[in-house]
Amino acid sequence: MTKGTDLAVPTVFRAEGIGKSYPGVRANDDISFAVRPGEIHALLGENGAGKSTLVKMIYGLVRPDEGRMFLLDAPHAPQDPRAARAAGVAMVFQHFSLFDALTVAENIALGMENPPPRRELAARITQVSHDFGLPLNPARRVVTLSAGERQRVEIIRCLLQNPRLLIMDEPTSVLTPQEAELLFATLRKLAAQGTAILYISHKLEEIRAHCDRATILRHGRVVESCDPRAHSARDLAAMMVGGQMRQIDRSGRQAGEVLLEVQGLSLPAPDAEGTALKDIALTLRAGEILGIGGVAGNGQEELLAALSGEVASRPGTVTLEGADLSGKGPEPRRVAGLLAAPEDRLGHAAVPDFSLIENTLLTAGARKGLVRRGLIDHGAARDYALAVIRDFDVRTPGPHVAARALSGGNLQKFVIGREVMQAPRVLVVNQPTWGVDAGAAAAVRQSLLDLARQGAGVIVISQDLDELLELSDRFCALNEGRLSPPVPTEGLTLDRIGLMLGGAHGMEEARI
Amino acid sequence: MIQLVPRQNASNLWQIATPLLAVLATMIAGGLLFATMGHNPVAAIRTIFWDPLFGMASGYSRPQLLVKAAPLILIASGLAIGFRAGIWNIGAEGQYIMGAITGAAVALALYPLEAWWLFPAMVAAGLAGGWAWGMIPALLRNWFGASEILVSLMLVYVAQRIAAWMAFGPMRNPQGMGFPGSRNLQQYPSASNPELIAGTGAHWGVVAAAFAVLATWFLMSRHIRGFHIRAAGTAPRAARFAGVRPAVLVAFCLGLSGALAGAAGLFEVAGPAGQITDRIGVGYGFTAIIVAFLGRLHPVGILLAGLLLALTYIGGELAQLTMGLPAASVQVFQGMLLFFLLGFDLLTRYQIRRRITA
Repeated sequence: MTKGTDLAVPTVFRAEGIGKSYPGVRANDDISFAVRPGEIHALLGENGAGKSTLVKMIYGLVRPDEGRMFLLDAPHAPQDPRAARAAGVAMVFQHFSLFDALTVAENIALGMENPPPRRELAARITQVSHDFGLPLNPARRVVTLSAGERQRVEIIRCLLQNPRLLIMDEPTSVLTPQEAELLFATLRKLAAQGTAILYISHKLEEIRAHCDRATILRHGRVVESCDPRAHSARDLAAMMVGGQMRQIDRSGRQAGEVLLEVQGLSLPAPDAEGTALKDIALTLRAGEILGIGGVAGNGQEELLAALSGEVASRPGTVTLEGADLSGKGPEPRRVAGLLAAPEDRLGHAAVPDFSLIENTLLTAGARKGLVRRGLIDHGAARDYALAVIRDFDVRTPGPHVAARALSGGNLQKFVIGREVMQAPRVLVVNQPTWGVDAGAAAAVRQSLLDLARQGAGVIVISQDLDELLELSDRFCALNEGRLSPPVPTEGLTLDRIGLMLGGAHGMEEARI
Repeated sequence: MIQLVPRQNASNLWQIATPLLAVLATMIAGGLLFATMGHNPVAAIRTIFWDPLFGMASGYSRPQLLVKAAPLILIASGLAIGFRAGIWNIGAEGQYIMGAITGAAVALALYPLEAWWLFPAMVAAGLAGGWAWGMIPALLRNWFGASEILVSLMLVYVAQRIAAWMAFGPMRNPQGMGFPGSRNLQQYPSASNPELIAGTGAHWGVVAAAFAVLATWFLMSRHIRGFHIRAAGTAPRAARFAGVRPAVLVAFCLGLSGALAGAAGLFEVAGPAGQITDRIGVGYGFTAIIVAFLGRLHPVGILLAGLLLALTYIGGELAQLTMGLPAASVQVFQGMLLFFLLGFDLLTRYQIRRRITA
């Protein structure tokens, strides 16, 4: 028997020798593990380690090639998610599937097999949200909810089905620290009632603090099933990536002259769901990394668009080394040395259907001489793509592969590499390691630090506070389109940051 | 059970195979249709696809192939660029008519002046007329967010009314004994668009179509603007990030496809058609949409598709003449072609897998 499966203890869910292959990839190989009642069980692994494939099989989205699964000791082979739900499996996805225009109750009703009458449903939502400490008003429209509240809608939708096994896919990636604490309190209550929770994450501290067991996957295989509290985060990371984690090297940087100056930057919301930017001011020096924290949807995308040049602003609001770029588009800004890497890799930072070669043309045409007088130099583009692939360790069969075929981490390394290797004066990145495995995240962070060491200024917009503390010299919070004054990162605690993210009035914290 | 599985990369093989498959399916379905109508299906298909090229009357119909294919290819080349960018100009028919009118207007205003620059000036006017007609939906979209699909289509009917007005009013031939229709430009040497090489059907429009194929190939695969157009079609946000301004792109694509359609109209009115009448628009602008898609929006594909659709026009006429097939059969044929093409298109993006149900 593979380690981690002990038949003497009752289990809610058990996998035995699960295997799944895709063309060219062995996604899961002989995976066995068990989840016990009342357990918060972490599924830990890098992107591409096979976590998603595994839970998709449990949830009936994918069928295993070999092996068996048991739910409450009955064979579990769901044809589709509906069958899985009927058997008692519920799943909260990383990306929410909610209709903005509908209310909370309507959204929940849409996701149920046999929704009760509207009034009864509203009462049950209120009941469940009360029982589990998830404050939510069933009559509110989803468009008005924060990311944390949207997640609560998804969770309550699952809870109404009384699941025996609840799968959560990276649930805290969109939450503030306080919201995350609240989520864990809820999960604890659920576990106390005997529900088993399968918790997918790569945030090691979080898993060590809250999970009872961890099954660690690497290259589609189970490498370890252990009690995460008995190991240090470094040990867990080493198991996950199969070697020592690269230490982040922050040394050798010195703040120099002012490179980028933003003053009085105000922009209306681009659409109904967008956020207006209100009187943003910041100064970025050479060799400095400025961290901008905040929960997504507070103006991060809008700020990046205003800096990248996708949206123009009033004269004098964005100045790079004395040159006013406020009215310039993305291409002149790149020529001037202001580069950006948006959050959304597929469809914004890269064209999914285009090859990596073609994707270099998206931003590197001018600075790398890939385009001269409007003519594309395909050879140069290919060479540049190969250089990025080599220097940033992008795992791909070759530069001709479409961007969409790369894993999230690899595409992110390509996108960051494409910008970093253009030697920008200022680089602005939004969520540089979102959904990226630990190894790739470390590589991306190190490349940003190296860039700053060479005298560039870097702005990192991120929801990952650990990342911001690790990288940045100064920290600002972006909240409802307003940017707080910067504070030095040295000596800043997560609690303090959480309060800053709550906004000036601190209401966020009070509500939770 | 049969299951559709999305492909990671669009299959190159199917990219080429689906148009061929669509043509084949059209022949079969068309044959069945003719059979139910009491005609010999094999003979009908042969009359449409074979006889114009190699049959008894091929001496007449072969040159017609280029005459009919040239406007289709010229218009489709422009349309394909917009379609690649997700900008749907379906009013090329109207731009074609307006190009014919503005181009002919130059000649009619200067009649009977003979000068070497007259024909080039007409071409310029034709381009400008089509361009202007294409810019109307572009500006309405940029200013008010109006759908270019609806606006460009509705402008076709406006253009048809203008053509009728011109034929009966301002452009009517003063020596035409009261018949509607302008002077015949074929009889006006400086303004005519004659057959360049006898017996081939090749006029200046054929030259322009060949040039358009080359130029659009160059634009789409060698020039950064072509790259931006393709990026905008598949990932608009990424294109914006690259520096594409959507409004500029809309104006460029609608303007360019309008100008090419306008030029096609001018070559037609100065050549094969000869005069402005209320029936100057014969549907090339609509058929060109089929040509663009059948040709996979690729210049070489458009060249081949244009020739094929021209063949269905000529073969259809031949079948009317010799077999008494109804005139609508050509349109049915062209419609089926697009229908099957879009249907088989599924295969480029999805794989069919058989799933064993447990």
